[in-house]
Amino acid sequence: MKDHTHFSSDRRSFLKSSGHLVIGFQLFPALAAITGFEDKSVCEIEPVADGQTIDAWIRFDADGKLSVITGKMELGQGIRTALMQMAAEELDIPMNRVKIIIADTGQTQDERYTAGSGSIEGSGRAIRNAAAEARQYLLKLAAEKLQTEVENLSVKDGVVISSKSKKTVTYQELVTGKRLEVEVTGKAPLKDPASYKLVGKAIHRDDIAQMAAAKAYYIQDMRLPGMVHARILRPPVYDSKLVSVPKEQIAKAPGVLKLVVNGNFVAVIADKEYTAVKALGILKTDAKWDSKPLSVLPQNLYNNILETASDSKVVEESGGSVPAKDFTHEAVYKKPYQMHGSIGPSCAIGLWKNDLLTIWSHSQGVYPLRKTISDLLKLPESKIRVIGVPGAGCYGHNGADDAGGDAALLAMEMPGKPVRVQWMREDEHKWEPYGSAMLLSIRGRIGAAGKIDAWDTEICSDTHSSRPGGNAGHLLAGRHIAKPFTFKSGGFSGGSHRNSVPLYDFAAKKISLRDFDGPLRSSALRSLGAYGNIFALESFMDELAWKAGEDPVAFRLTHLKDERARQVITTLVQKAGWGQGKGEGFAFAQYKNSAAYLAVKAEVTIDKAAKTYQLTKLSAVIDSGQVINSDGIINQTSGGMIQAASWTMLEEVKFDKTGITSTTWETYPILRFDQVPHTEVHIIHRPGDEPLGAGEAAQGPTAAAIANAIFHATGSRLRELPLTPDKINWEKIS
Amino acid sequence: MTELITIKVNGKVHNVEADPEMPLLYLLRNDLRLNGPKYGCGIERCGSCMVLLNGKSQPSCVIPASSAAVYEVTTLDGLAKNGRLDPVQEAFIEEQAAQCGYCMNGMIMSAKSLLAENKNPSDEQIRQALNRVLCRCGTHTRIISAVKKAAAKMKNS
Repeated sequence: MKDHTHFSSDRRSFLKSSGHLVIGFQLFPALAAITGFEDKSVCEIEPVADGQTIDAWIRFDADGKLSVITGKMELGQGIRTALMQMAAEELDIPMNRVKIIIADTGQTQDERYTAGSGSIEGSGRAIRNAAAEARQYLLKLAAEKLQTEVENLSVKDGVVISSKSKKTVTYQELVTGKRLEVEVTGKAPLKDPASYKLVGKAIHRDDIAQMAAAKAYYIQDMRLPGMVHARILRPPVYDSKLVSVPKEQIAKAPGVLKLVVNGNFVAVIADKEYTAVKALGILKTDAKWDSKPLSVLPQNLYNNILETASDSKVVEESGGSVPAKDFTHEAVYKKPYQMHGSIGPSCAIGLWKNDLLTIWSHSQGVYPLRKTISDLLKLPESKIRVIGVPGAGCYGHNGADDAGGDAALLAMEMPGKPVRVQWMREDEHKWEPYGSAMLLSIRGRIGAAGKIDAWDTEICSDTHSSRPGGNAGHLLAGRHIAKPFTFKSGGFSGGSHRNSVPLYDFAAKKISLRDFDGPLRSSALRSLGAYGNIFALESFMDELAWKAGEDPVAFRLTHLKDERARQVITTLVQKAGWGQGKGEGFAFAQYKNSAAYLAVKAEVTIDKAAKTYQLTKLSAVIDSGQVINSDGIINQTSGGMIQAASWTMLEEVKFDKTGITSTTWETYPILRFDQVPHTEVHIIHRPGDEPLGAGEAAQGPTAAAIANAIFHATGSRLRELPLTPDKINWEKIS
Repeated sequence: MTELITIKVNGKVHNVEADPEMPLLYLLRNDLRLNGPKYGCGIERCGSCMVLLNGKSQPSCVIPASSAAVYEVTTLDGLAKNGRLDPVQEAFIEEQAAQCGYCMNGMIMSAKSLLAENKNPSDEQIRQALNRVLCRCGTHTRIISAVKKAAAKMKNS
């Protein structure tokens, strides 16, 4: 632990504060001036270049406010509040004295992407440790001041009290007039969870109050002085080549400032937003493109996958190999391309001023985006700052980064002017990277004891992560400009086999993966391959249970030793009931086989005359270890179930040889209120355990539970998503 | 090709020089700098841009600003009275009826319109009234609870 009290002031550009305590790792590089979104309107942020690593986790100022500094992004999952709770708890200060600074290459650490339900396990743990370190340090200062030992001190609402003398000193008083910087040693004691007052509670999110009051909260609400508006003309199909654009027509439109044509990248910049929208309309009608028709179409998609996928690679194999003829049952499951379908199309603002490029973006990874923009523009990273500002929910890698790339290119065309790029609905629908189509072949054997003793899954999948990690070929702008960057497919295949390995005790298990390069652009969609893999795995478990003549829940329990897994299942049966009616489906998974445990029950009713079904209820029990914010977990789990129900019942990206045809909410319907089920979420609290990522746990189990409920209600086993009523054999129902 | 549009928004008359074909949404967001109505689809299929036209919820992304000028327009920004949020806004906060919150404008404005006509709506009626508004985070069940809570608040006030 170092005390940097005596650093000369010229060594850093400090806040104009009367003292502070900063906690981080290797606190040597300069701290940029902190001008957060919390204090001012986003419009007033002065761009500050960092150029050096910034590595503070929390800062305590002499005004009594604690700033939590996270590289993670608020995506609607409520991470701001949960992280503030963790810091406030460890320091024993009230929530109203805590603020948070999120993802900003000028102020926060490089925490890569806000993804994989990893923010509590990653950023949360670091912030908790930093807060514990701060507490320990402040207690030492307090002990000196109060002339006692640390053991005799307790803290309430930021006031340190000596149990001996009853004298008190506030954190503020301890920090005033000092500039303290402390490194995280990892040795500071953490609070006993039994004494928690904030962690585990349903603390309200203050950002919801801002949204409800129509405050400027979203990137779409940013209005910078002198801001101009851009729209992008995307090609009709992925590989179309531009032949001509109606340059004269656009040039004479009043208010148009610039038409940018760079290879196949076409954009119009105007003084007013509607002028840009109208100009885009002209461009769409009159631009000429040379397009190659798509050759792989929905009707031959799955055959094409099988024909073109790579050789099989073993993901996991245990218990020896089982001859193909020994399997008693097999099934093939199919998942189409599905959208993130953010309600707010992607948006970004770029400003090239004083040799510095500032990009405001709702990206999930401000640092990787900065690196990629650096590659795109051949501009050093030290001249680029990417500031995270919340957008509409993204649920993974949607158009946010691409819009950031667009804004970067266009900002360079308009020096000194903030350029706002707003994608149209059609842009988001057609160009976001979808959740990959998947084909899953599973075989199983029910042995002599009526238990499964052999299991074999073969996954076919395209990538579930083509995020821009520094290669401009991963940005649409990078692929469309005159000197295009190349897109390198493949790489991370971990997402493809996520949750494919059954948690159940089978004597022999084999999981293998075949990669394919599909016709549509794909990347990370909430839970990645886990959605398709769990849909298949938990559907197949259900199939085997019925084949074995067993109750599907009891059948799972006979194959499950993991106590926490058993407990979510048995708790669900207690809370939601089981075996009482027709149309019940069950499924279970532990997300990533390492994060939250979740069991779900789906209930469907059928209308035989109308040949349709209604999903009436989804009930879940979740165990995500130590609960940080119970309301946040309920909100995420209930929302995850409803979103997964939408994917499962309705969603499939449509395309034909002319390109993507799902261009509106009519051609890509998602669940509306009239179809939304009731939901119920129960939490198993484990205050003494590590907190586990929870936000994506519901996606896969929900899909399988619905399929299993449909089977229970109708006798039809639907193995191809989405589970539309026309796939049910209505004649079969007695 | 601009003309002077005189339009009453949130109780105040504004004179805006604008393209008469420009959808109301752009006037509200850009000329009047209001944050409530959001761009979502531009073709009245998602409800992100809901406003009240003479008290009835309507999308603002297609209707030309010049045609909207015959109505009294209310946006989410204008619901608070005397520094106090509307009961519907309060209910959404108390129920924490949001995740990303981008749809909240459409939800609150649709609920406002519903509750003006029906002080005691059933779940079914709430679902129908909000059906035009899309939520992608899956917050629907909380939103229904928030509307019921708002109805109760309005009865008691």
